[in-house]
Amino acid sequence: MEAATISSGGSPALGRPPLSRLPDRLLRWALTAIALGVLALIAYFFVRLYLESRPVFSKYGVLDFTFKDAWVPSKGQFGALPLIVGTLVTSGIALCIGVPVAVASALYVTELAPARARQPLTILVELLAAVPSVVYGLWGVFVLIPKLKPAEQWFSDTFGFIPFFGGSVAGPNYFIGGLILAIMIIPIVAAISREVVATVPVEHKEAALALGATRWEMIRMAVLPYSKAGISGAAMLGLGRAIGETIAVTLVIGNAPEIAKSIFGQGYTLAAVIANEFGEAASDETHRAALIAAGLVLFVLTLVVNFIARYFVNRSQRAMARSVPEGMAG
Amino acid sequence: MSALAAVAPRRRRADRVMRSLLLAGTLLALVPLVAVVYYLLKQGAGALSWSFFTSDPTGRFLGDPGGVRSAIVGTVLIVALASAIAVPLGIGLALYLVEYGKASRFANVVRYFVDVMTGVPSIVFGLFIYIVLVLSGIGGNFAGWKGSVALALLMLPVVSRSAEVVLNLVPDSLRESALALGAPRWRVLTRIVLPTALPGLVTGSLLAVARGAGETAPLLFTAFAVNTTTWNLGSQMNSLPIQIFNDVRQAQANIVERAWGAALTLVGMILVLTLLARLIQRRSRLA
Repeated sequence: MEAATISSGGSPALGRPPLSRLPDRLLRWALTAIALGVLALIAYFFVRLYLESRPVFSKYGVLDFTFKDAWVPSKGQFGALPLIVGTLVTSGIALCIGVPVAVASALYVTELAPARARQPLTILVELLAAVPSVVYGLWGVFVLIPKLKPAEQWFSDTFGFIPFFGGSVAGPNYFIGGLILAIMIIPIVAAISREVVATVPVEHKEAALALGATRWEMIRMAVLPYSKAGISGAAMLGLGRAIGETIAVTLVIGNAPEIAKSIFGQGYTLAAVIANEFGEAASDETHRAALIAAGLVLFVLTLVVNFIARYFVNRSQRAMARSVPEGMAG
Repeated sequence: MSALAAVAPRRRRADRVMRSLLLAGTLLALVPLVAVVYYLLKQGAGALSWSFFTSDPTGRFLGDPGGVRSAIVGTVLIVALASAIAVPLGIGLALYLVEYGKASRFANVVRYFVDVMTGVPSIVFGLFIYIVLVLSGIGGNFAGWKGSVALALLMLPVVSRSAEVVLNLVPDSLRESALALGAPRWRVLTRIVLPTALPGLVTGSLLAVARGAGETAPLLFTAFAVNTTTWNLGSQMNSLPIQIFNDVRQAQANIVERAWGAALTLVGMILVLTLLARLIQRRSRLA
């Protein structure tokens, strides 16, 4: 026994008795198991959603389900086009309003704000993300909808000749949904844009200033071109959020399964239909499968959007990595 | 200033205009925050009273709607269990990625799918848990713990990503010195890496808890809702977000008032968690 220990202690400098390596192995296995478990979970996730929604896909066909304009559960008609249009329209409005505001705040905070104001402004914008979705919904229903109605009516009357703006204004509508979504995506778009803008090499900015550029010209010529890809990625991530957001939109969209003629008309979204109809659908198998299929479409939509977003963000990170040696050489 | 004076007026004007536009955008982003907080205080403060916190919703449409006791108890219990699942798993996952997986292909695949998970809409998590745990009838129909599992799925990637960032900040020199002194790997992790990263890990976890506490969609058809207070996670449970969601859609003024009160309570709880997280972050020795 003793001899064995001595001889094994002689060869590798770090040799340990096998028993004392056990905790090391266990820890490593346990942590690897967690990682494997998460992967398995995501795979299972996808498979189960697909299996549960299959009845509706096999009955109506994937294309019919996705592109037919008829959602009448009481008649057993399940064409999700109005829901998909609603999701895309509200998310589109959210991007048009939210992204410029978020990028402006990111540029202001990183490039223009006095140093002392930076931290507080950042925290305030991030606090927007701390308000739960249902609270935005509550606020939207009882504050935003009544307060904005006259303004929307005026806008619709004055600019009604532009397609999709005219016609009567419903209380809850696409525009209100998009506006609430815009507020909800501002924090994430602003946060990522801030990170991206902060990585612009200071040499580029100083070079612009040294050539006599004003602050804005510096932003336009040095900062924006460099961070374009990253900001696009941030916008796409915001889009992913907007597509999947449920509760706030459910409360302010009007929940009418039709494609409205203007952005001030009532509509429905994929997420909202699931939240609203699940209670009644539990007993009707086809209806339930249709809602799960709506969830699957939603899932795939966010996957695609997030995939594109990652591509942009990664590309800007790679550009960053490349520029480091350049900066050092110059 | 003197340098700017030499700039052509047109360019100077463009600079002024664009600067004020950027400032305007920043202020515009803060308008909704101010407006939401203002209305929460204005409409919600009136609803708060002793009986608001100590009585259950009566479920009556006319007369006294009751308070939100069951919703507060439900939210606290559901979120506590969700955190008990998501925080250890999330930190464990991050430990694997930082300490063992590193840049290996497998670790990158895991990292990618954790990113994918952060993008999954919360209602889809609710659907998934409904299919796996409610439809199959494990442990009855709807139950508080099923809501917790749905929330945990949502929180897991948030915890893991923030933990990964913090663990990466622990200097390699600390790990190397401990290993050089003959400490086995597991001791390095438990005695050196985790304690060093602790404040950051707590901050990330608290922020994830705050995010989970406000979620409505995953609870809709997992924990469901009942009016009475229950401490049993195995039965159906009320929660603040669900209470608000149901109250908003009622026409009665006093039920809507309860929604505002419940919203103020919920935002207050989340704000406390967020502030706590920031305070701990400030004490951290890393970065």
